[in-house]
Amino acid sequence: MSGHSSWPEWIYVGVVIALMVWVGAEAWEAERLVDHVPADAEVIKVTGQQWFWSFEHEDGTKEIGELHVKAGKAYKFEIESKDVNHSFNIHDYVVLMDAVPGRVNTVWFAPTEVGQHDIQCREYCGLIHYNMRGTLYVEDPSS
Amino acid sequence: MVLELQKPRPIWQIMFSTHHTDVGLLYLITSLAFLFMGGALALAIRAELFLPGSQIISDSMTFNRIFTVHGTTLIFLFIIPFASSVGNYFVPIMVRYKDMAYPKLNAIAFWMIPPAGALIWLGFADFTWYATPPYSIISAPGPAADMWIFGLKILGISSVLGAINFIVTILKCKHPDMSIGQVPLLAWSFLSSSLIILVAIPTFAAALLMLLTDRLGVSGFFNPALGGDPIAYAHLFWFTFHPEVYVLVIPAIGMMYEIIPRFSRKPIHSYQSGIFAFVLLSIVGFSSWAHHMYATGMSFTEKTVFMVGTLAAVPASALHVFNFVATMWNGRIKFATPMMWAVGGIALFFSAGAGGVANAAMPLDFQTHDSYWVVGHFHLFVMGTIAFGSIGFLYYMFPYVTGRMYNEKMGKLHFVMSFIGTVMVFFTQHVLGLYGMPRRIFDYPPIPEWIAMNQIASVGAMIIGVSMVIFLANMIYSSGKGKLANTEDPFGVGGKYYYPFEVKNPSH
Ligand code: HEM
Ligand SMILES: [Cu+2]
Ligand SMILES: [Cu+2]
Repeated sequence: MSGHSSWPEWIYVGVVIALMVWVGAEAWEAERLVDHVPADAEVIKVTGQQWFWSFEHEDGTKEIGELHVKAGKAYKFEIESKDVNHSFNIHDYVVLMDAVPGRVNTVWFAPTEVGQHDIQCREYCGLIHYNMRGTLYVEDPSS
Repeated sequence: MVLELQKPRPIWQIMFSTHHTDVGLLYLITSLAFLFMGGALALAIRAELFLPGSQIISDSMTFNRIFTVHGTTLIFLFIIPFASSVGNYFVPIMVRYKDMAYPKLNAIAFWMIPPAGALIWLGFADFTWYATPPYSIISAPGPAADMWIFGLKILGISSVLGAINFIVTILKCKHPDMSIGQVPLLAWSFLSSSLIILVAIPTFAAALLMLLTDRLGVSGFFNPALGGDPIAYAHLFWFTFHPEVYVLVIPAIGMMYEIIPRFSRKPIHSYQSGIFAFVLLSIVGFSSWAHHMYATGMSFTEKTVFMVGTLAAVPASALHVFNFVATMWNGRIKFATPMMWAVGGIALFFSAGAGGVANAAMPLDFQTHDSYWVVGHFHLFVMGTIAFGSIGFLYYMFPYVTGRMYNEKMGKLHFVMSFIGTVMVFFTQHVLGLYGMPRRIFDYPPIPEWIAMNQIASVGAMIIGVSMVIFLANMIYSSGKGKLANTEDPFGVGGKYYYPFEVKNPSH
């Protein structure tokens, strides 16, 4: 329609495409590593229900609302739900995975330092969703 | 082209009319009413979150109902009817036809909206605009939930009827002298978004029915207790609603294509690239729906496919931004109110897109998903881009609708306050998300960073609220008492912009 020169537009589109390819490639590489669960990870069963989290360790110990783990070890969470959807979230460690009834979803993490972190629910689950919280205690492995 | 309001008529004559400008006016007033109703709910949410603890809302159930109805209202009862209003006014004129292709169908599509709105507002459901199962099946209180489902069902049908009407009007009723390659970009935007509607909506329509029968207990599609799967709902819902975000944004971009060249006093940089970007977005937009589902337990391959599908749509949006900037380049720009809204909207569109790319990159999404980041992300689109484009266009069409001018100073003040407010609310919410605050929560622990950012966001929202009162006053006062507009060239940028059907187009 209008007689304009189009080379700046081509360069611009080229730059945008190159950026997207770069973002995609970096994301692919990072996610590939994140998705790979270490073979020696200890399994922790996580159950979400309206409106609290409960945990079961490999040795059978159970906890509600609190989770105790050791620094320097890898853990694999197997996440389930008893009622509606929830999302298990330890934001400080970028642990985020939905708890969907009828499914077992997995995600892993390896805490490095001793400390306390918030556990919360990130998927709307009704009345007390806002307070479906817990605490992660990362403890010294020698204690 | 003075569009009808100048000769006062009894209201029932407009209500029972099927003429496109009358239906356009009905859409306009309805959408603005819902803008203010939904906006009031937003202010209630922001007031509640100003501090931890309960502020003005006594319990979480009420809070949950408020954000559910807020989102539903602004998407389905403001953005979509507003676009239909603009389409009704301008598409027939742009394709040089006397009316929409099916005037009665047009009126019916409009009249489905008030009852649907009433169902949504009288029910006041609490299960989020996503109607999340199995919560919506086993936990959500009725009859609110059922009323919401029926309301959305009706709105879906209304959208489909409207889309058919736009497609036929543009493709079949355009003036024989005019090729499809001469139809203005605003009309092209309606053609593209209508085609998306036809492909996308039926999936959600089916999901809604399944949700309803699940609630009645006669089926278990999404209910794991009966062997169903909530993830199936997620696929059906997002197959409709990722493309639907383009249904929302494309007409707003089309409105900017009308405003930017006019006030830059230059033709659009590239008409073809505008069409190309619309069509490309309408197609590629269907390849990204499961980017909303990275955290539902998808495999690495699935996540990768949908990330690539999402990133592939970005160049199409980027083309529009280039087109706008290149059009303004070296233009003799007149920063009247509509132009300010359009340019502000483009700046926010760009920022919103950058945030969207971060969501799409799989590992980053585990930071942002279901946090306030996402709330900030999509509001930069729905408020920053779509509402900005729409409000700018409302100022632009005001002289045509009323025959009078709005108050320019108030229009500019409205813009400046809304722009500052929007940045304060939604940029801050991105950061708040990175600090880990989940969305859809009635109360939060007293974490100092969370409190500070919530307060910035709440103050920003109040600024937007005040600006909207100025806006309302301006619209009401000026439509009765504003100075008479020169309806050939209301903005004094030269030329005559539109030729109504009756008048012979002098260029032919
Ligand atoms: C065109 C206008 C757009 C609109 C209106 C829009 C709207 C939305 C909405 C409403 C949500 C949240 C849905 C919910 O969970 O309730 C969302 C999330 C998302 N958007 Fe957009 N969006 C737009 C553009 C984009 C673009 C261009 C991208 C990517 C390049 C993008 C990527 C995403 C992603 C990945 C999510 C999921 C975030 C998450 O929940 O973790 N969006 N968008
Ligand atoms: Cu929850
Ligand atoms: Cu999407």
